[in-house]
Amino acid sequence: MKRVTSTWLPGLLLISPSLIAVGIFVYGMIGWNIKVSLSNWHTVVEDNSYAGFGTYRDLMDDERFTAAWENLLTFTVVFIVGTMVMGLIMALLLEKGVRAEGFFRSVYLFPMAISFIASGIVWRWLMNPAPGERASGLNVLFSKVGLDSLQNPWWQDQKWGMAAMAMPAIWQMSGYVMALFLAGFRGIPDELREAARMDGATEGQIYRHVIFPQLRPVALSALIIVGHISLKVFDLIVAVAGQQIIADVPAVYMWQSVFEAQDYAKGAAIATCLLLFVAVLVVPYLVYTFRQEKR
Amino acid sequence: MATPAVTGAARARLITARTVKYLLLLSFVLVVAMPVYVLLVTSFKPLDEIDPTRAWDLPSTWTTDAWSTAYDQLKTGLGNSLMLAVPGSIISAVLGSLNGYVLAKWRFPGADLVFTICLFGMFIPYQAVMIPVVKVLTEVDLYGNIWGLMMVHVIYGIPISTLIFRNYYASIPNELIESARVDGAGMLRTYAWIVLPNSAPAFVVVIIWQFTSMWNDFLFAVFLVPSAQDSTVTVALNNLTGANVVPFNQQMAGALLASLPTLVVYILLGRFFMRGLMAGALKS
Repeated sequence: MKRVTSTWLPGLLLISPSLIAVGIFVYGMIGWNIKVSLSNWHTVVEDNSYAGFGTYRDLMDDERFTAAWENLLTFTVVFIVGTMVMGLIMALLLEKGVRAEGFFRSVYLFPMAISFIASGIVWRWLMNPAPGERASGLNVLFSKVGLDSLQNPWWQDQKWGMAAMAMPAIWQMSGYVMALFLAGFRGIPDELREAARMDGATEGQIYRHVIFPQLRPVALSALIIVGHISLKVFDLIVAVAGQQIIADVPAVYMWQSVFEAQDYAKGAAIATCLLLFVAVLVVPYLVYTFRQEKR
Repeated sequence: MATPAVTGAARARLITARTVKYLLLLSFVLVVAMPVYVLLVTSFKPLDEIDPTRAWDLPSTWTTDAWSTAYDQLKTGLGNSLMLAVPGSIISAVLGSLNGYVLAKWRFPGADLVFTICLFGMFIPYQAVMIPVVKVLTEVDLYGNIWGLMMVHVIYGIPISTLIFRNYYASIPNELIESARVDGAGMLRTYAWIVLPNSAPAFVVVIIWQFTSMWNDFLFAVFLVPSAQDSTVTVALNNLTGANVVPFNQQMAGALLASLPTLVVYILLGRFFMRGLMAGALKS
């Protein structure tokens, strides 16, 4: 028995500092944050006395909070659909091998290497809402090519602003989805296609009945990865919209609650809500991956 | 490639299909490159040429004035980011390598479950830990400086770094580890003799990945080191451009300047960057 223990104990010792750090900084801090959200800490002066769920109840009645979630919902839907469609089209174009595939792949993926803060600067300029004489960015381009009707206030539109806000995010993340799908395509054995072809299936049928069903797990991962990035969107909004309320999302609201209003309990409560949504998305995915690996 | 059996009409269709495909591919390139064009063109314009009506034109006089002004304003931030991301990514890789080795080759009971529980840490919205982290850093006098920020990045980078190494080490044959064990090598000696010399690609992947995330991060930096003077280049850049009084040629030059290191890394080592991406989606 001693021999068996001595084979794995050193390993556990070696990894334990990391495990303890993650345990404290992920799970411990989440717990602490929840405790802050249930406290009376609403000013600069720390107050850890228990207040119950009052802060959460107040948030439910807070119009800014609900508006931030509505904004996030619009953003998320457009962002997910946009990246999934763009990424899939790029992967479809590339999957059978084209000349200079490496070049196209690198170009499509390169925005991933840039920070949202840097790309936000150019997108803020491109999506400048000023109309007519003072127009700039894309609106100028539209009028130059005679498409004046396409001119619009972009992210400052009351209703569809957040859809415009998703454009830079789609620009940035489509390459990621392409890379995931491309890996998925390449993982499908050629024999499957060959067999379908032998049976007389057309190319369209092969995609519909053979290839796409095989891509389901990849599509699921892409969906979850893009979805959780979308829920957490922060830098992009700050870079494009600054702190204008029209483009408010929960992550930005949390930041302002802590930094400007010094309302720590409120900031913690918003963050906890955000965590809840991300967990609902990611935990099943982790469990699924874990089970897959066991097999 | 055309075989004699292919008729003229079918060939014509094939050529049309291929042309359409390349046209689509190129139009995507245009869309992706459009913001870069604007960045480059505007950053090389003199102040009197940046008015919106001429924004899409090439500069009539090329100048690096905007670049040098932007550099002056961002050089502290660039230096801070470098001081954060270079040592930070190396520490991440060392930790990830040791952890990944244990989880792949020196496993303890329940290792997979413990690891999965750790992985959750790389998906969480960091807002949900931020207030306590600020408190802890203040307590140990690391709030508001690069070292505290580095510590936080390293800790929250443990899951992804470990994941990349664990998946990489899974491909090292167990016989190799066993034979070292039979020769009397312990855990650390096996690591030093057999595992470490084979780890170069995984080190490159993790260092690139962590370097890019630390360099591009804004959330941790703005919470933990809010003062633009002491903070990373992303905070400095946002501070510079957020007020909207800085002319656009300087803003664009600043954005390019702040992106240069990660872009160079991507151009030189893109294929390793891609592997990091795949690992981030839990796909090997």
